[in-house]
Amino acid sequence: MSIPLLDVRDLTVEFATRNGIVRAIDSVSLSVSKGEILGVVGESGSGKSVTSYAVMRILDRAGNILAGETVYSGMDLAHMPEAEVAQLRGREISMIFQNPRTALNPIRKVGHQIEDVLHAHAQAAGANLKIAAIDALKQVRIANPEQRYHSYPFELSGGMCQRVVIAIALACRPQLLIADEPTTGLDVTTQKAIMDLVVDLARERNMGALLITHDLGLASAYCDRIVVMQDGEIVDQGPTKELFANPGHPYTERLIRATPRPDSTLRDLLTDRDDSASSEIPAPATQASSEVLLDVKNLVKTYPVGSASPLSFMDSVRRKVARTPAETFRAVGGISFSVATGESIGLVGESGCGKSTTSSMVSRLIDKTEGEIVFDGVDIGAVPAKDFARHELRSAIQMVFQDPTESLNPRFTAFQSITDPMRRLGGVTSTDEAWSRAERVAKQVGLPTHLLTRFPHQLSGGQKARVVIARAVALNPKLLILDEPTSALDVSVQAVVLNLLADLRQEMAISYIFVSHDLNVVRLLCDRVIVMNAGEIVEQGAADKILSDPQKDYTKSLVAAIPHFSS
Amino acid sequence: MSPLPPTADSQPTGGRQRSAKVFWSQFVYIATGNPVTLIAFSLFLLIVTVAIFGPSLAPFDPLASDAANALQPPSWKHWFGTDNVGRDVFSRVLVATRLDLLISITAVAISFVVGGFLGMLAGYYGGWWDRLVGRMVDTIMAFPLFVLAMGIVAAAGNTVENIVYATAIINVPFYARVARAEVNVRRNAGYVLAAKLAGNSDIRVMALHVFPNALPPMMVQVSLNMGWAILNAAGLSFIGLGVQPPTAEWGIMVAEGANYIVSGEWWMAIFPGAALMLAVFTFNLMGDGLRDLVDPQRRT
Repeated sequence: MSIPLLDVRDLTVEFATRNGIVRAIDSVSLSVSKGEILGVVGESGSGKSVTSYAVMRILDRAGNILAGETVYSGMDLAHMPEAEVAQLRGREISMIFQNPRTALNPIRKVGHQIEDVLHAHAQAAGANLKIAAIDALKQVRIANPEQRYHSYPFELSGGMCQRVVIAIALACRPQLLIADEPTTGLDVTTQKAIMDLVVDLARERNMGALLITHDLGLASAYCDRIVVMQDGEIVDQGPTKELFANPGHPYTERLIRATPRPDSTLRDLLTDRDDSASSEIPAPATQASSEVLLDVKNLVKTYPVGSASPLSFMDSVRRKVARTPAETFRAVGGISFSVATGESIGLVGESGCGKSTTSSMVSRLIDKTEGEIVFDGVDIGAVPAKDFARHELRSAIQMVFQDPTESLNPRFTAFQSITDPMRRLGGVTSTDEAWSRAERVAKQVGLPTHLLTRFPHQLSGGQKARVVIARAVALNPKLLILDEPTSALDVSVQAVVLNLLADLRQEMAISYIFVSHDLNVVRLLCDRVIVMNAGEIVEQGAADKILSDPQKDYTKSLVAAIPHFSS
Repeated sequence: MSPLPPTADSQPTGGRQRSAKVFWSQFVYIATGNPVTLIAFSLFLLIVTVAIFGPSLAPFDPLASDAANALQPPSWKHWFGTDNVGRDVFSRVLVATRLDLLISITAVAISFVVGGFLGMLAGYYGGWWDRLVGRMVDTIMAFPLFVLAMGIVAAAGNTVENIVYATAIINVPFYARVARAEVNVRRNAGYVLAAKLAGNSDIRVMALHVFPNALPPMMVQVSLNMGWAILNAAGLSFIGLGVQPPTAEWGIMVAEGANYIVSGEWWMAIFPGAALMLAVFTFNLMGDGLRDLVDPQRRT
């Protein structure tokens, strides 16, 4: 192997916190050669981001590089004066951050933001600046770069914003690119386009790249070599193919197993399957009856366009005078589907396809514009959302939200959160009864009962997910809507939660509507899949069939965009 | 997280005693964690003690004049000296604490409740509520606030209650704005939607799920506002509105003493002024501590 471009040796970083000193990474050593793409993989808290921040010397003030060195082409970045590091950042080493919207200045034209970095590193000046900036936009394959030069970040989609961020990062032709979860929060098709772009550009310019991700599939598809981190230490590393074929550490093995693949079953994901009796139990068989629980007919949701604009009042006056109908945007454009008792269906699509709007309408959080939502023979769509809290069917339809942290009241203990629906709708009045029921449901979801007195911030991600699920099933609902319930969780936690959901469904005979963008996850839990795009249903059918043999082009592109690894 | 086996060992202990204990341990934790907060709370305790026991602590009757001893400089007998009719300034400063604190606390409490409620409606429902409350608040803010307070007291009558109302009215906009902003960002939070699914009515969602979470930033506002409210009440008295002489009140005392500064009797104005400053300073320092106290995320 040639001399590495970046050589990190025994890097140790500590953070001073209120509860004493925390060692974030411990003796991390890794190297990136020219033209090589190194993946750093790990779950949250593994120290993968801290490593990249330490290399860039952008740790916040509490962080301190205790030991080790980071040698970049002969220079030790860790012990260099700040002014010299600042010279290297952007010109020699660049970074792409997780959320492109927050990485861009919202009130500055994207072209000017590219010019800023060119100007700062004296790469271009005067009239050449604009030419160079447009050229940078061309490089990241943005259509109409001359016009986009004048755009503000809010006028661009998430994927476009990330392209601009990449353009900024690569404008000065750096030698090393650090990408910290560059596609989290982007749709799978966008993710594929962005990753293809990054890798193409890196290869083209023979750059070294460090890809930090929690997604093993993504790392396997794009990296030459992979480093696996756990609790601040590197536990495993090797060339991608070898690592997957022959993982050298049990943690790697568990990660690989927990990542859903096209051929894995729900029980395969469980990381402790070898030493747990429950793993012998096969995944619950589907038990959908022919009885229809939910029947959605021609459901439509429209929003008035530009209602947030301060001119809308004058607009509406003008329209009333001219008697033209208000312009509307159809978020959901007349969809029909049904869910049988005990059936689990997946609602899949990219952001903005209307899947969340649909689930909010079915759960009666927002009002529909047109159509019928017949639940158990009653058209619940006719009941206004604000009155549905008192409706007798309220307890029959419950929902689990995307982010367990965000969906728990920070001032409520787990006990209070779980018993809130029982007290409001379940007729539980005494604290003793609430406790016994809370303990029962906590056992059902595998939440240790001594955690019930804790506040959300005292619980881990997986425990919070269990609290959220416990709250949703506390009233024995007939229909549970799961809105991306695992997208904020680590893969190993996701595996546990998915299995829990499958068990609960078996045990309590609940129907699920599982809203997700991840077809691999949907396949594991759902009997049937509905693919949505732009407010319409594109395709629906048996989950395995949709995934293995999609009929429509849109579904095909979705399936093709999922990064896979083979083992 | 690895799946832990459920255990059924711990029996929860409920009840009010426990929450009081939690609050106290939280208080100790916050006070010891930050020296500034500790100082602020100690000063606050001092001010409250003086407000409660001031009349019995005062060595002299704050209203008893003694013409023979007028305009005496500070001495061992009269720590803060005596004023132009021979009243003991120290006693008057002590006794005035209760009145000034009462005016400001009542005023801030009223504006907290009214402003918080209006802001919450505006933030939660948006639409017409938002426009109505927003424009009302803008209208109040359009006046120079002190002049508005002067106008209210002058129009409604020169009483202590009217000072309280005037001070409350000019502070309502701050609470309404903070509450609106804080409630607005939380109105579609996951836990609010979950509360709706659990069958909570809008009122319950607002009262139990949204408002308590908007409390920490509002507590900072409360503490800053207490300082302003004291200054405002004293200011009104200073220009002759509200509290009337011979009642002991910091603003009046500063106003009376101001006439004597040129002739060298500085103690009449300086000591009540210093008391005023100390009170405002204390309340401003307390903000962060109060916020931490009502924020469960700080409990560990």
